[in-house]
Amino acid sequence: MSVDKNTVKRVARLARIALPEERLAPMADELNAILKWVEQLNEVDTSKVEPMTSVVKVSLKMRDDVVTDGERAGDVVKNAPLGEDNYFAVPKVVE
Amino acid sequence: MSDLTSLTIADAREGLRKKSFSARELTEAHIKAVEKARALNCFVTETPEIALKGAEEADKRIAAGSARALEGIPLGIKDLFCTKGVLTTAGSHILDGFQPPYESTVTRNLFDAGVVMLGKLNMDEFAMGSSNETSYHKPVINPWRRKGSNTPLVPGGSSGGSAASVAGRLVLGATGTDTGGSIRQPAAVTGIVGIKPTYGRCSRWGIVAFASSLDQAGPMARTVRDCAILMKTMASHDPMDSTSVDLPVPDYEAAMTGDIKGLKVGIPKEYRIDGMPPEIEELWQKGIQWLKDAGATMVDVSLPHTKYALPAYYIVAPAEASSNLARYDGVRFGLRVPGKDIISMYENTRAAGFGREVQRRVLIGTYVLSAGYYDAYYLKAQKLRTLIARDFEDAYKKCDVLLTPATPGPAFGIAEKTDDPIAMYLNDVFTVTVNLAGLPGISVPAGLNREGLPLGLQLIGKAFDEATLFRVGEVLEKAAGPLPRPTPWWEV
Repeated sequence: MSVDKNTVKRVARLARIALPEERLAPMADELNAILKWVEQLNEVDTSKVEPMTSVVKVSLKMRDDVVTDGERAGDVVKNAPLGEDNYFAVPKVVE
Repeated sequence: MSDLTSLTIADAREGLRKKSFSARELTEAHIKAVEKARALNCFVTETPEIALKGAEEADKRIAAGSARALEGIPLGIKDLFCTKGVLTTAGSHILDGFQPPYESTVTRNLFDAGVVMLGKLNMDEFAMGSSNETSYHKPVINPWRRKGSNTPLVPGGSSGGSAASVAGRLVLGATGTDTGGSIRQPAAVTGIVGIKPTYGRCSRWGIVAFASSLDQAGPMARTVRDCAILMKTMASHDPMDSTSVDLPVPDYEAAMTGDIKGLKVGIPKEYRIDGMPPEIEELWQKGIQWLKDAGATMVDVSLPHTKYALPAYYIVAPAEASSNLARYDGVRFGLRVPGKDIISMYENTRAAGFGREVQRRVLIGTYVLSAGYYDAYYLKAQKLRTLIARDFEDAYKKCDVLLTPATPGPAFGIAEKTDDPIAMYLNDVFTVTVNLAGLPGISVPAGLNREGLPLGLQLIGKAFDEATLFRVGEVLEKAAGPLPRPTPWWEV
């Protein structure tokens, strides 16, 4: 599997990264080099292997379903580049 | 009082308790060392006022007889740890101006034990790098230089500021994080000790996320004992991180008995890789001899899937990173670059805010997770992880701990490897398997090469058996003998 300029464009759109036209081809080359290198994993037959889902053998803890935190709107928006009255401000999204 | 910066944490702890010097004197000596070493570019943010305030509190506590475990010990904090009210950038432009309204659990544990923070340490952007050259704040310079040469060398990465500041005697110790080798590899090439604990030993809460199933915090310091001291305080169960384990944290210092008689040390044959420099092989043989001399037995073991660890890592880590980094959208924190609509605002912000390596990894991650490719890449890599973890389980049926080189070579020159991402990735060839299997690993300085540069050996332990790593690590450290101090050419 190898990626071309159009695939890079599509993936960059998915990743929400603006890539100028002149960087699409070099980026395709860079990604292909990495993808080609990782393809060596196909040498290994994993048809009978379960994927790792938990790094160490522990079961997740349960806790009571209660509110433990909140009322911190000021903290939440404190670092926003743009905001007003404890709201985040974004460019207009509905007409 | 410049000799105060050459103390170990153990000695500083003792000196403070005996009142041989005050926390203020100790802190001031370090602040001065930090100021004189700006040429190394270790710090993103220096916090002398916070440090002096902490030292004042420490002196009060010591006078009152209520000193805590790390009272008055000056440390540096990797800029990946959120520190309340103090700029936290993760080495990225996209986190410009970010002042976390909360404290990471690891730094909270340290500050609650009396640690004095000297500042926030430079690092590869979002911990993605092996040389500290991807930092938005410019590379960190290794205090070590080749004999008779002025060529600036990298300190390894991603915890490069941590490693260089510890090696350069700017801090007594530092926090690091390790996703594929980011504590152990820089520790090795700067001649210090660094341990990546078992996944789950330290809480990840408040640490800027890179690859959540691999990230783990750990200490970096100049001796094995100092790392044991820091580790005891950094590790904890934390309800805020569901993957942190609820296990008692052992007294690691007490485990350092110096006795390894009868210990079985595994030597994995797959770590003898093609093109490995002879000096690395020699170093490994020296390590084997040191442990034999101390009464340990060597056992040949096989970790057959070792060669697949790096490629599996470069699927898993970018995939998880692409998901974790989705939060940098120009809305909630950091940089914002306007666009014609909200989508182009996101795209412009992320194009300007992420460096080249981060963009490359986010794109790889997005691609391997995109519709139709998930099974071929991410699922395949997670299956390889199962096999890699199984290799270790099989090996530990025959031995207690593994001994390997820490890195495939010494520190290299700035910009020597930046053109070829895969060549750069190979720096983590000996460390990355450990992250994929969630195991603990420690890097211990094992001497200087012919060019006068430090090299390290790695010990890999069973899950949650950090105590054995400290015990064996100290034996290696003693056998190798103390490294000379790097000449402080950077001092102004």
